[in-house]
Amino acid sequence: MDHLSALVEEARTAVSAAESTQTLDEVRVRFLGKKGALTQELKGLGKLDPEQRPAAGEAINQAKNQVNALLEERRRGLEESALNARLASERIDVTLPGRGQPQGGLHPVTRTRQRIEKLFTDIGFVVEQGPEIEDDYHNFEALNIPAHHPARAMQDTFYFDANYVLRTQTSGVQIRTMESQQPPLRIVCPGRVYRNDSDMTHSPMFHQMEGLFVDRDVTFADLKGTLYAFLQAFFEGDDIEVRFRPSYFPFTEPSAEVDIRIKRQGEEQYGNWLEVLGCGMVNPKVFGFVDVDSEQYSGFAFGMGIERLAMLRYGVNDLRMFYDNDLRFLRQF
Amino acid sequence: MKFSEQWLRQWVAPELDAAGIAHRLTMAGLEVDAVEPIAPAFNNVVVGVIESAEQHPDADKLRVCQVNDGTDIWQIVCGAPNAAAGLKVAVARIGAVLPGDFKIKKAKLRGVESKGMLCGASELGLEDEPSPGIMELPADAPLGVDLREWLKLDGSIIDIDITPNRGDCFSMRGIARDLAAVLQREVTAPQCTPCDVTSTRVFPTKVALPEQCPRLLTRVVDNVDVSRPTPWWMQEQLRCSGVRSIDLVVDITNYVMLELGQPLHGYDLERLEDFLEVRAAQQGETLHTLDGNEQQLKEGTLLIADAKGPLGIAGVMGGEHSGVSADTRHVLLEAAFFTPLALAGTARRYGLHTDASQRFERGVDYQLQHAAIERATQLLIELGGGSAGPLSEVVNDDTLPAAASIDFKASEVERLLGVQLPTNYIPDVLTRLGFSLSEEGAERWKVQIPSWRFDVSQPADLVEEIARVYGYTELPSREPRISVAPCATQEAQLGAAALQQELVSRGYQEAITYSFVAPELQQQVLPHKQAPQLSNPLSVEMSVMRAGLWPGLIKAQLHNLNRQQTRVRLFELGLTFEGDRAEHVEQIERIGGLVCGSRLPEGWNANRDGVDFFDLKGDVEALLALGHADAEWRFEPAEHPALHPGQSARIVRVSGGEEQLAGWLGALHPALRSQLGIKVDTFVFELDVAPLCQGQLPHFKHLSRYPEVRRDLALVVDEQQPVAELLEQVRNSAGEWLTDVHLFDVYQGKGVAEGHKSVALGLTWQHPSRTLNDSEIEQWVADAVDGAAQRFGATLRG
Repeated sequence: MDHLSALVEEARTAVSAAESTQTLDEVRVRFLGKKGALTQELKGLGKLDPEQRPAAGEAINQAKNQVNALLEERRRGLEESALNARLASERIDVTLPGRGQPQGGLHPVTRTRQRIEKLFTDIGFVVEQGPEIEDDYHNFEALNIPAHHPARAMQDTFYFDANYVLRTQTSGVQIRTMESQQPPLRIVCPGRVYRNDSDMTHSPMFHQMEGLFVDRDVTFADLKGTLYAFLQAFFEGDDIEVRFRPSYFPFTEPSAEVDIRIKRQGEEQYGNWLEVLGCGMVNPKVFGFVDVDSEQYSGFAFGMGIERLAMLRYGVNDLRMFYDNDLRFLRQF
Repeated sequence: MKFSEQWLRQWVAPELDAAGIAHRLTMAGLEVDAVEPIAPAFNNVVVGVIESAEQHPDADKLRVCQVNDGTDIWQIVCGAPNAAAGLKVAVARIGAVLPGDFKIKKAKLRGVESKGMLCGASELGLEDEPSPGIMELPADAPLGVDLREWLKLDGSIIDIDITPNRGDCFSMRGIARDLAAVLQREVTAPQCTPCDVTSTRVFPTKVALPEQCPRLLTRVVDNVDVSRPTPWWMQEQLRCSGVRSIDLVVDITNYVMLELGQPLHGYDLERLEDFLEVRAAQQGETLHTLDGNEQQLKEGTLLIADAKGPLGIAGVMGGEHSGVSADTRHVLLEAAFFTPLALAGTARRYGLHTDASQRFERGVDYQLQHAAIERATQLLIELGGGSAGPLSEVVNDDTLPAAASIDFKASEVERLLGVQLPTNYIPDVLTRLGFSLSEEGAERWKVQIPSWRFDVSQPADLVEEIARVYGYTELPSREPRISVAPCATQEAQLGAAALQQELVSRGYQEAITYSFVAPELQQQVLPHKQAPQLSNPLSVEMSVMRAGLWPGLIKAQLHNLNRQQTRVRLFELGLTFEGDRAEHVEQIERIGGLVCGSRLPEGWNANRDGVDFFDLKGDVEALLALGHADAEWRFEPAEHPALHPGQSARIVRVSGGEEQLAGWLGALHPALRSQLGIKVDTFVFELDVAPLCQGQLPHFKHLSRYPEVRRDLALVVDEQQPVAELLEQVRNSAGEWLTDVHLFDVYQGKGVAEGHKSVALGLTWQHPSRTLNDSEIEQWVADAVDGAAQRFGATLRG
């Protein structure tokens, strides 16, 4: 049986020497192929005595198994190093930038507007929009600002003719909504508004978000509570103080301005009081124009400048930047 | 409305400093804009007298003065032309510090020693404009007394932004009333009793338009010495209120206006002809107003006139000729009530916004004229002498505002404010504000509105009065209770935000450009469109409404190109305006984009290819696909004035057999680009938002278990043949079970005849319930090829 051991040893040497799966296959054929050395041994069993055959067969099979195991082991080793070699050759610099279009961005006014909308729609407000070229009735008359009312001088209006203007506020949308729907109403009206004025702090076009809440038993307390909660949520992260003080708008009575002062994270003191929005209880005269029964219903309305809030939130210090559309500015948002 | 703190303290005297008063006023609705010191900081300046003034030996313009400052005599060299012996002056002693940290030290001027300085008003920060001389203090100024103390310069000036509803607060009287109500204090008004009438002289008056001038009150004051100076205290009050001192009569009328709120006018009686009349201007009349301008009066303007012609624009400004001058001896005082409506717009029409017009437009107390004219007479006689004639009044009770009242219940306060106030709080506050109440049952009143409150007419207005005195800070706050039900939203309806987000994901920055553009630019880009024009634009550059989004985007592109930003990808969402006039304008919401520069940012793995039509088309197609609408979007070759004729397409939405123009896409026309100075290829699109947002609810279709079959074929057609038509033809002719036609190559060159192109298509079929057999497929391929051959002369590429 020594020649079997010798064959196995020979195979071991050959297997170790094989440097590729191809040469390894040649080794397999040499020992285990149809004409392979061990296959020949099996064929030679017939020449042995019948009583010797089982033991001899057993020994040959053992040798075969040994060679098979050697082959298998070597094959795995070869495959693994082949894979390793491939992986090594496929190494890339993962620190290089990715391919494709870089992300763009929303305008900061849109971003702020969407944030305000979300805060209000979360508590049941619906977004309504309307025309920007507005008739005198919806921009002034129905808001209790008749012709020659001194309040018309509060807003420098862009006119087209005697009857059409660029809306000075989005309040016209409130009127249009109340004309077509009965209370309860909870709406916010975002959009562009226009005033004939331009300097560091005034733009001839800017964006407003107005809101209207009409239902039974709505009071000034609800107005305060809603706007207080809104402002806290909007300026999340910063401490703010809010104060309401009397003011005048023809479409609300009582009317209020809301001032805030902010203590930013990491700061010691509150800043100055800043006017951020106007509001009030809907003037019964406005309800009169849209046939809402002011004995049964009451409501509050508010309006804020979106740019102003965006400036406070992001620290933008020049209103005009919003309309230059400078990419270096826009990419910051 | 600006005034000195100390003037207000004469009316109401709280234990609050100026900042405290300002806070209370602000929180009561009289928003204080600023609290500023009356004078900037300076010290060691006293009242002195020039004992002698001699010419400087070596300087023509300098005088050497011996000045008594109450303790000693000092030699002071002064350059002021008015430095003369006997004059009371403001002396800055050695060691004084003047505004601007200017220290007064011993000095030598052209060899003569000078110990101190004689001050001009601007050197003490009392006037903005430097005047040529030193301050001339009145002869009775107390020698040696500190100037700040004597002129009461240590207080503050309070400036209030009066809201349009509070015309009554354009006076000390009005502001004091509100402050007193908030602080629960009494108001001390200046003492004024009707003066003794010592003359019988009256001047005839008449009112042609009693609806506009319900009351005209006049009085003659004879023998007034108008040369007497206005007392310092009055000059100081006027100065603090921003009113220039002119002469005694004008100063008194202005003072009474600031004090009580009633504009008054003083005429030189000898310059008036026959009578004083309130009437409407006639065509062609003119007037020299006090500001020195010649006004062409507009027909219908309310005037004060005499027999000869216009004397003043009623309630706005008087005329030069009839005003008081140095040689006036007899004065006619006039106080009128003009209705707010009568004067509405007059100041604006003439560009004359005056203290008087501001008050009349917002409403002057219609019962105030008597008190005001009595007060003015009192001051005039006290300060200028003279004798008063009787009051002469033309009044029309029918046109005076009627005394009005409101039925008011305490429950109204609770209903609107959500707070229950203590009994008596309501009547107490309203009474303090000048309302008078009569009880009409438990917690119900009839509330009489005072004659100065033009803004109060309904219960809600009274609620505001109570709320602002009570204090908004003190009012309760609660989060509202709402009934919660999800609001019905249409799932198939896409929001504009989805479109914005899609473009952001595709590398666009959102722009917001003005809705009004330069007409020239709009004409260049959209010459075929009309848009309404503003009648009062800010500038020509912003005078016409945008008919499309491209003009604004192009402007933004140029802004960025000029700042070395070569790769621009911008979009905008907003209304565009089409129509020649505002009344029939269409306001269409659109989304538009503009790209130029390289397809991708410069980088290690990107070549520098510029963007082209198909990059932009890909972005547009992504937007069109967002809603999953069951509509076909067709890109048709078409010409647009702003676009390259060979690289532009109209986008048509085809749905249910209906076609709708939905937008445009293309390369900016090279000629237009060169006009606009854009040197790089630029591609733009614009789409109507409404059709884009009409999406569709997904509807599940059964997935077939049977294999799909694909055949590729290459069709050779004329190179001008639009591929879309070919695809449609194939789609319509390749059998019922065709599921997809896929364009995978367009080839021109070797193997394809000159002037032709080869279009390679992959066709896929699948049957829902069985396997398709070869002969069917062959038949459908043949049908597709035949159809294309017949319609477009297509041949199968060999």
